[in-house]
Amino acid sequence: MGLTWLMGLLLIATVAASAWLLWLILRDVSPGPGTEKALLWIEVGLVVNLVAGVIRPFVQDAEGVSMPTWIGYLVTTAVLIPLGYIWSVKERNRGGTGVLLVAVVTIPVLLVRLGQIWTLRG
Amino acid sequence: MASTTTGLGRVLAFVYGIFAISATGRSSVQLLTKFDEAPIPYLLSGLAALIYIVATWALLTDRAGIALVAVAVELVGVLAIGADSVWRPERYDDATVWSGFGDGYGYVPLVLPIVGLIWLLRRQFGSAAPAAADR
Repeated sequence: MGLTWLMGLLLIATVAASAWLLWLILRDVSPGPGTEKALLWIEVGLVVNLVAGVIRPFVQDAEGVSMPTWIGYLVTTAVLIPLGYIWSVKERNRGGTGVLLVAVVTIPVLLVRLGQIWTLRG
Repeated sequence: MASTTTGLGRVLAFVYGIFAISATGRSSVQLLTKFDEAPIPYLLSGLAALIYIVATWALLTDRAGIALVAVAVELVGVLAIGADSVWRPERYDDATVWSGFGDGYGYVPLVLPIVGLIWLLRRQFGSAAPAAADR
């Protein structure tokens, strides 16, 4: 199965975080320290996932998986939140939260694609 | 008029930035390794990447005029390539960011320029309270 349990966990966490950020935008509230901590933990998980993903071809059969694509997607999942943070730091309003939402909501899509890339070998 | 680097403009710049990086990466790999296989779609990928880079830069530097042109060209591009790839799919064995109207990217390449155009045009020709709309 393409998705590891960690990827599954991150998928759930990032979908939940996206829903939360959307809620903040609708209520015009800036993310507080609780939200920021949650995003930090998600980011830690994504970095661990990146390392695990780099090791994976050495412990499981990865025949037919395009390595540049595999690594590229993994790296992207791990840089989106930091990039979103940098982009939104000057914008303590809906625009800034919107940037974070875009960053966070892209991650589950990439995780699903990673699962597909691994199983479908394409 | 509010700068294009605030509010929705900042979100647009971020999305365009992600697409610029991703399209540049993808088309570079395609052009460098498989140019002989399908040159036209890969060149189109490169063109798309260039337009995304221009759009990102224009939004970040508050150049609304250039952003408007880039976004308009992008919309024409995704509609034209999307239509051509549906009509003549054999020309596009390897997907480019605009083939299938951006279906490989959740149709974001189609929705993005539409949102961008609406936002930029409203900003330009907006009603009495254009700036209030994106606060």
